[in-house]
Amino acid sequence: MSHDVAIAGVGMHPWGKWGKNFVEYGVVAARAALADAGIPWADVDLIVGGETVRNGYGGYVAGATFAQALGWNGARVATSYAACATGAQALDTARARILAGLSEVALVVGADTTPKGFLAPNAGERYDDPDWLRFRLLGMTNPAYFALYARRRMDLYGATSEDFAQVKVKNAKHGLSNPNARYRKEVAAHDVLSSAIVADPLHLLDICATSDGAAAVILCSVEYARKHGLSDVRIKAISTVTPTFPNTVIDMPLMSTESSAGGVPEFTFKQSIGQAAYEEAGIGPDDVDVAEVYDLSTALELDWIEDLQLCKQGEAEQLLRAGDTTIGGRIPVNPSGGLACFGEAVPAQALAQVCELTWQLRGQAAGRQVEGARVGITANQGLFGHGSSVIVAR
Amino acid sequence: MTATTPAIEGWFTTGPEPALIGSACTTCSTVFFPRTAGFCRNPACNGDEFTDTELSRRGRVWSYTDAQYQPPAPYIAPTDPYVPFALAAVEVPEGIVILGQVADGYTVDDFQVGDEMELVVETLYTDDTGDRTIWRWRPVPVEPVETKEA
Repeated sequence: MSHDVAIAGVGMHPWGKWGKNFVEYGVVAARAALADAGIPWADVDLIVGGETVRNGYGGYVAGATFAQALGWNGARVATSYAACATGAQALDTARARILAGLSEVALVVGADTTPKGFLAPNAGERYDDPDWLRFRLLGMTNPAYFALYARRRMDLYGATSEDFAQVKVKNAKHGLSNPNARYRKEVAAHDVLSSAIVADPLHLLDICATSDGAAAVILCSVEYARKHGLSDVRIKAISTVTPTFPNTVIDMPLMSTESSAGGVPEFTFKQSIGQAAYEEAGIGPDDVDVAEVYDLSTALELDWIEDLQLCKQGEAEQLLRAGDTTIGGRIPVNPSGGLACFGEAVPAQALAQVCELTWQLRGQAAGRQVEGARVGITANQGLFGHGSSVIVAR
Repeated sequence: MTATTPAIEGWFTTGPEPALIGSACTTCSTVFFPRTAGFCRNPACNGDEFTDTELSRRGRVWSYTDAQYQPPAPYIAPTDPYVPFALAAVEVPEGIVILGQVADGYTVDDFQVGDEMELVVETLYTDDTGDRTIWRWRPVPVEPVETKEA
């Protein structure tokens, strides 16, 4: 039996730093997705919201918050939270109800308003919360974790700061004409290398910003899509896997790994995320035409390329240098411009990746089109063991 | 009256040879850090009892970085103006990679992946109870007999 569901419509609110209520962004994205699908809100029978933890109670119950804002229509409601993987989990919830025949048309929406500067934990004293403790005991910020991974690429594979800068140069170019991107400006390697070092070896321009933004996806059953003559883009897989014990690669926000003394699993956590998606879709890395990966830092994009098996371990720099990951190359990565051009709006980001792939597969990614793209994969990971990878195809 | 106390209770010993305190499952022997209780997180084990175990004081650098900008609260900067510090993830022989700040006076230029580090205890910040201490990683001096190749 097929586990496909159809992507009937997608929409976004542009990323930026507007300081408005997250609900406004979510409504704009939701209405854009509904209009894109040509489906009236009254026909949506399930709404799944991506929770935001920095916007009070309305953010905790985002599904209902968006439903009320769009005007109560009696739809079933769910709210998902999986940190950066929130969007994938919300999609998976919608897909499950559609495949079970319990819902027909679902609106999945995530939106956020973010504070300036480093993402920090909520206020209060919490000696049993690792996300609080890592700041109190170590001063360990998010970029410091990204820097650990970057430094390992340098010491193990010979990556250079210039390589990392070239990821930014590429993504800045990709995002130039993306109307939803926050940063639409060419960046030279020199700009990256001369920006301040935040966490050695990463410079300010190697690290993604935090942004406001919203993304929405309308999912429906394949039957519904056929009956109404909707888009032929399908979701083939949604991987929301957790790690396999022992998780021996240090993960934000933890201060330690589990012990490798008793042996390690075949795949690291990040490798297992893509692997599970490929298995679910019944395809392999060779079938992928385009990838949207979570470039919280420039170096992390290189990690993801390998974790998705788009090349062997330690070879992502070669792909980059050969232009393979640039639009027009063998396997374009982050044609949207990625987080480098968007900045991170946590509950919306995994959905934004799916929006981009949908436009790519429909041939509607004006100015950044990957020609002939038929299969796309996303990758990201949320704090505390949340995998996120979505495969779309047409 | 002020005293020197750990910034967090029960995570490490103090004295001339300080060590991190982990928990060893009495059923499957898996070692965890930070300490744990109540249930073993090895999926093949139903153990619920642990004994405290001091972890090896030396390990090898898995990776490292620094904090060029002052981290946000709840981090408490010990100095004003802020002085950047280095951070290292160190793999101890128990197979656990453990993050820590690097000892005062060392920067990321003083070690690389694979180098040996040793655990020390230093002051993290000072509050109205006195100095609050934390574990840190300090590079182990390389024997000066060999010349390091560039």
